[in-house]
Amino acid sequence: MSLADLTITDAAAGLRAGSHSSVDLTEAVLERASMTEAEVHAYLTIDREAALDAARAADAELAAGEDRGMLHGIPIALKDNMCQRGVETTAASQILAGYRPPYDATVVTRLRDAGAVLIGKANLDEFAMGSSTENSAYGPSRNPWDTGRVPGGSSGGSAAAVAAGSALGALGSDTGGSIRQPGSLCGVVGMKPTYGTVSRYGLIAFASSLDQIGPITRTVDDAVAVLESISGHDPLDATSWAGDYPDLTSEIDAGVAGKRIGVVSEFAGEGYEPAVTGALSHTLDQLSDAGAEVVEVSLPTVELALSAYYLIAPAECSANLARFDGMRYGLRVDGETTEELMARTRARGFGPEVIRRILLGTYALSAGYYDAFYGQAHKARTVLRTEFAAAYEKVDVLMSPTSPTVAFPFDAKSDPLSMYLSDVCTIPSNLSGDPAISVPVGLDGRGLPIGVQVMAPAMGEPVLFGVAKTIERLAGFDARPAMVEELA
Amino acid sequence: MSVGWEPVIGIEVHVELATQSKMFCGCAVSFGEAPNTNVCPTCLALPGALPVTNGKAIEWIIKIGLALHCEISEWSVFHRKNYFYADLPKNYQISQYDVPVCHDGWLDIDVDGETARIGIERAHQEEDTGKSLHMGEGGRIHAATETLLDFNRAGVPLVEVVSKPDIRSAAQARAYAQTLRQVIAELGVSDARLEEGSIRFDANISVRQGPDAEFGTKVEIKNMNSFRSLEKAVDFEIKRQIAELEAEGTIIQETRHWDEEAAVTTSMRTKEGSSDYRYFTEPDLVPLVVTPEWREHILSTLPELPHQRKDRYLALGVDTQTALALSSADTALRSLFEDTVGAGADAKAAANWITGEVVAWMRRESVDTIDVDSASVAEMIGMIDANELSASAAKEVLDGILRGEGTARAVAESRDLIQMTDTGAIESAVDSVLADNPDAVERYRAGEQKVVGFLVGQVMRATQGKADPKAVNGLLREKLS
Ligand SMILES: [Zn+2]
Repeated sequence: MSLADLTITDAAAGLRAGSHSSVDLTEAVLERASMTEAEVHAYLTIDREAALDAARAADAELAAGEDRGMLHGIPIALKDNMCQRGVETTAASQILAGYRPPYDATVVTRLRDAGAVLIGKANLDEFAMGSSTENSAYGPSRNPWDTGRVPGGSSGGSAAAVAAGSALGALGSDTGGSIRQPGSLCGVVGMKPTYGTVSRYGLIAFASSLDQIGPITRTVDDAVAVLESISGHDPLDATSWAGDYPDLTSEIDAGVAGKRIGVVSEFAGEGYEPAVTGALSHTLDQLSDAGAEVVEVSLPTVELALSAYYLIAPAECSANLARFDGMRYGLRVDGETTEELMARTRARGFGPEVIRRILLGTYALSAGYYDAFYGQAHKARTVLRTEFAAAYEKVDVLMSPTSPTVAFPFDAKSDPLSMYLSDVCTIPSNLSGDPAISVPVGLDGRGLPIGVQVMAPAMGEPVLFGVAKTIERLAGFDARPAMVEELA
Repeated sequence: MSVGWEPVIGIEVHVELATQSKMFCGCAVSFGEAPNTNVCPTCLALPGALPVTNGKAIEWIIKIGLALHCEISEWSVFHRKNYFYADLPKNYQISQYDVPVCHDGWLDIDVDGETARIGIERAHQEEDTGKSLHMGEGGRIHAATETLLDFNRAGVPLVEVVSKPDIRSAAQARAYAQTLRQVIAELGVSDARLEEGSIRFDANISVRQGPDAEFGTKVEIKNMNSFRSLEKAVDFEIKRQIAELEAEGTIIQETRHWDEEAAVTTSMRTKEGSSDYRYFTEPDLVPLVVTPEWREHILSTLPELPHQRKDRYLALGVDTQTALALSSADTALRSLFEDTVGAGADAKAAANWITGEVVAWMRRESVDTIDVDSASVAEMIGMIDANELSASAAKEVLDGILRGEGTARAVAESRDLIQMTDTGAIESAVDSVLADNPDAVERYRAGEQKVVGFLVGQVMRATQGKADPKAVNGLLREKLS
């Protein structure tokens, strides 16, 4: 087994036991990338020298007894919508080609403070808009389990890197499922924290009220380790939670005995692959056997969540992306007037899905349409939150498939609406702001990974991780992509 | 001009707050520095940067709101106002829309001795834009060869105060603007300088046929850089609209630009339809909460404002016009008044002397500040009351005081101005004048009353003007009857 395939937990233990160094880990990961990137294309940028420098520094510190904790010396990938000082950050858009931010996102600062080794910038759907990475202006990433299929998205590069061994863990961002769905499709853990618990400062915004950064890792413990180092109040983000944060590990080994688990009845039926629903039932049976009480819960408003999301997210993005106008940075296409310069720059710089969403959002906010669209969407969001809150009066966590399907082939969902349906199970947690996690539980008949989703109330990370870890233990999922098996 | 046209005017005021840092980032608020030196990821709208509200700016808008008798929203929200413009880095402005921090207040203004109460619709918090510098061809936008952008001003806290359409004349418009500027200046929350653009006025004007008619189509006018030009522009626009309507034309809803040199308003580019800013709640910020405790604390820090001062002066017995003038006079004159009264002088007399003779003296001497001992002024007023100084002698004493020649008594003595109060001396002067003017005495006794004036003059001359003319008059009449 290559060092590139270690969990963060094991790699961290090995660093302290002297069985390997951070440089060893980093070289293993870089070597893996050199072998898989031509096929997987998980990264837009790999900063080899800076990574090795950081690894050497981590080794020196650890040798001197300056231990920064679990992530110290661990190679981590960043989704390329997170600003890293001096490193090209494009959000997979032509409009930011060559753009090097003059500052670090707060999560980057926190990873540096934790001693993590930043390997590079992972691919994504342009501005995180998509569920397959097919919307990346720099070409899609491919699923390490089957390179004829998508890795999911928008954090597809991050998930593919963790699955392929070109990073031990990664950060993704999740606006409507963009961490959990690729996690599910790539057979790794993907976790979206409670809104406001991880700073968005330096995250290139898609939809500010929904965006949340979170970990993509191989195990639940690893997700906890990454989240512990990146979460916490940030005075640079006004929406950052300033109150108390729960101890993420307080229920990690508590098991599920006596826990009430609600299965969302709306997330089944047409459009759900039998292998996906089968895997969920199997997991629920295991949980039940382990002492959990499994009940059906109906959340009727989740049927409206997708529609509400596709008004709120585009509305916010129409304003968030207005700053890309060719005036101060990024692409500029000249014009006779300022207006023409801006229009040409944006027409050339943005891809079709981004333009579709900007237009959708602009329309939804326009005078005369606001009440019918954006206003209604907000009402649906409020009702949905109430329904979730009522459900959590009765159950500790909710469960569903993460994605209705396993990884799908490229170009299989060229119709935007069918692509939007990939996020039907994940979007409600973004609208409610609650935490949710996808845990891999098995493979379908074609050998493609399947994940299940656990959702918890706001600040319910301890119970979320506790249930997720139980699922992980019961599933005993240890399969790896064939390409990794061959290399390992 | 036919009868019955009534102008309806509302004024929007933009006030740049003089906080240390910008509205949503830590950059310094500072003017006249090299372009693009007070900038950061947030105010340049770099990808990923976020706004954080400046608490001081919120405290100050609440101050403004309280000074304008506004309701303060316990809960208000920021909105994004979306429009593309090169000097607006995010291409949206963070502003407020349906729930501003302050709403429903008023400001009293005085024009020609009449007080009018102008309603305040709202005061909301927003941020300023950067500046476009059009280079070449005289700086005009259409002829410019290139445009440079300076973002030092981008994100400076801006408070917009919107009046209700309660203003009815150009003179009222000017008085409203001046009064509001003074309130802002006295709160110490802004430089409030028109020339530097730290306070800017736009006027919305329409005319209608009489006070019961529906509002007419309103026109916004911009670019008034002084109170005088505001008044002239409003006046011009009222006349223009009336002339248009009387020629059976219609008024187009538009924005017009005041051309100071030509003294006319001209149409700026008219946008088809009204602009749609696609306002929606700013998701990067949380709602703004003003607790009753915070509001009370801010209220307790408000300085005395001109209208409160006016009421206090009236209560001290100062007459209305003088109270009005004094309450908006500069600090040096006001503290001279306060100190003079504090030194025991009658308030009404002190106010009259200070707004009258002191101001006239300053104007004559072309000085704009004075440093004067208030105790001397109080002493002078006391001497007038005690008949030791005549009105004209007091003016000379005041001149001496203002020139720093010493106390009132010292000046009066050195300039030999003290009125004769010794009745014995006055009486002997009267007696000798009566003895020297038998003709006049005869005429008086024959019924020619006005001859007393002549006799008073003679006594005054005999006493070198130092006798109290009233006392002389009384004594003469007594002796003649
Ligand atoms: Zn700044």
